[in-house]
Amino acid sequence: MLQKRKNYLIAYLFLLPWFIGFFGLVLGPMISSLYLSFTQYDLLTAPDWVGWQNYLEMFSDRKFIASVKVTLTFVIIGVPLQLLAALFVAVILNKGLRGIGFYRTIYYIPSLLGGSVAIAILWKNIFGMNGIFNDFLAAVGIEGRGWVSHPDYAIYTLIALAAWQFGSSMVIFLAGLKQIPQELYEAASVDGASVFVKFKTITLPLLTPVILFNLVMVLIKSLQVFTSAYIVSEGSGGPSNSTLFYTLYLYQKGFSYFEMGYASAMAWLLLIVIAVLTAVIFFSSKYWVHYEYGGKS
Amino acid sequence: MARSVKISRLLLHACILGVGVVMIYPVLWMVSSSFKPEYLIFSSPGLWPAEVTLDNYLNGWNIVRNMTFGVFFKNSFIISVIAVIGNVVTCSMAAYAFARMNFPLKRIWFAFMLVTIMLPSHVTLVPQYAIFHHLDWIDTFLPLTVPKLLATDAFFIFLMVQFFKGIPKELDESATIDGCGPVQIYYRIILPLALPALLTTAIFTFIWTWDDFFSQLLYLNTVDKFTVPLGLRLFLDSQGQSSWGGLLAMSVLSLLPIMILFFFFQRQIVEGIATTGVKG
Repeated sequence: MLQKRKNYLIAYLFLLPWFIGFFGLVLGPMISSLYLSFTQYDLLTAPDWVGWQNYLEMFSDRKFIASVKVTLTFVIIGVPLQLLAALFVAVILNKGLRGIGFYRTIYYIPSLLGGSVAIAILWKNIFGMNGIFNDFLAAVGIEGRGWVSHPDYAIYTLIALAAWQFGSSMVIFLAGLKQIPQELYEAASVDGASVFVKFKTITLPLLTPVILFNLVMVLIKSLQVFTSAYIVSEGSGGPSNSTLFYTLYLYQKGFSYFEMGYASAMAWLLLIVIAVLTAVIFFSSKYWVHYEYGGKS
Repeated sequence: MARSVKISRLLLHACILGVGVVMIYPVLWMVSSSFKPEYLIFSSPGLWPAEVTLDNYLNGWNIVRNMTFGVFFKNSFIISVIAVIGNVVTCSMAAYAFARMNFPLKRIWFAFMLVTIMLPSHVTLVPQYAIFHHLDWIDTFLPLTVPKLLATDAFFIFLMVQFFKGIPKELDESATIDGCGPVQIYYRIILPLALPALLTTAIFTFIWTWDDFFSQLLYLNTVDKFTVPLGLRLFLDSQGQSSWGGLLAMSVLSLLPIMILFFFFQRQIVEGIATTGVKG
């Protein structure tokens, strides 16, 4: 009995750092930011209760609306693009070609480096007025422009940057493809199924658990894009708010304007959106995700 | 028949390689441009520098007055190494308790831990900043390192719990018979056998911390505390478009540690992503 008690104590000691972190830096701040979202708070003076005002203000805040639009555009175009590219390349690489390890490395490198400030700077250069993108356009006779500094195009350079980093999703798809029993394809070949039919009836259904996983991960990540937008627009979200991502505006509100109550409200809205979207996707997965083959994802 | 298969295979190889080259062209261009003289960077989109120079590296390295980029590298290294140690030690401790020990309320704590993995960090942002502000930790490395010593990257706890569960329980039992307590089992049996999981944790913690921009931007204010990402941003802001050569050279240098890590641990990195879904 005494030994058992002692072991409980040891277990809690092993968890002590996590407990301090969880209560002090996660749960506590979470609850307090929920409270702050109903206040006006500038860090230096005590928070001032304002009820739903921060949340209501969002509806008439043009920059907020712009940030939602930018982020949605980014997600709606960027997420499918990234997943389709990852799936497409993974399926091709999985054809048993020689040198797959080498190709996988090449396609993975953008994911490895892409989140850095260095690559964001490179992007700003490539898609600038004098960048190499325009050089290539000129080679095929198209007149270039300053893509990152044009309000209609800036966001697409950032979407391209995100799509460029499909490598990690691809690696996960490749692992999923390896789990599909080879016998299924052999049996289908005996029945005379074409490559396309095999993809549609074997690969795609058996890969749905992995698609689900990648979809959720890429979606959550895309909703929180910050570094690339900050670097390309030099922190402004410009031109004309065209790269004002949700988290960038949240940062500006909290730490440039010191409207920390409003920033907290934005953070909680983001949390709710992520939770709802994830829940919807998991709920819908009943209808499109197949777990026949052990469901290892 | 056999010949047409061969030709189509060859074509496929050519396509994959061709697209692959397009994919990494920007990175290759950045590396090659960093060795080109400034006036050639924009006038030659090709890879091969007509003239090779190290001026960009020298200019970039000394761009900030009274300081070199070495300071930023040193700061980034300090923060990243502490983060790696913190995550490996404290996440493995928590994971050991969850995977191997019994204690009251275990299921509830475990569920809480899982939930925090998916949490966007923004919901804790303002209060965390307020806490660090009250502790007078703003503009120090502490807000960037102390959380790592408190196992706040719950993803790695989860990763290690999964791994620890795969280590045969009989090993613990025979160790117990030999008179080992939970603490000895943790560092004599579990940790040595869980080396791959510890390595995955260390590698990804390093890459993420090295690349992290948001929290470093938030917490570090004075130039001598700046990390590499902040140094690059400073360069971009102060020099604008006038000195792309130096900026590209420093960008290449900033990616070097990650490339070296990838070179040595490619298998662990790719397998880590494939089996656990860590996003690289």
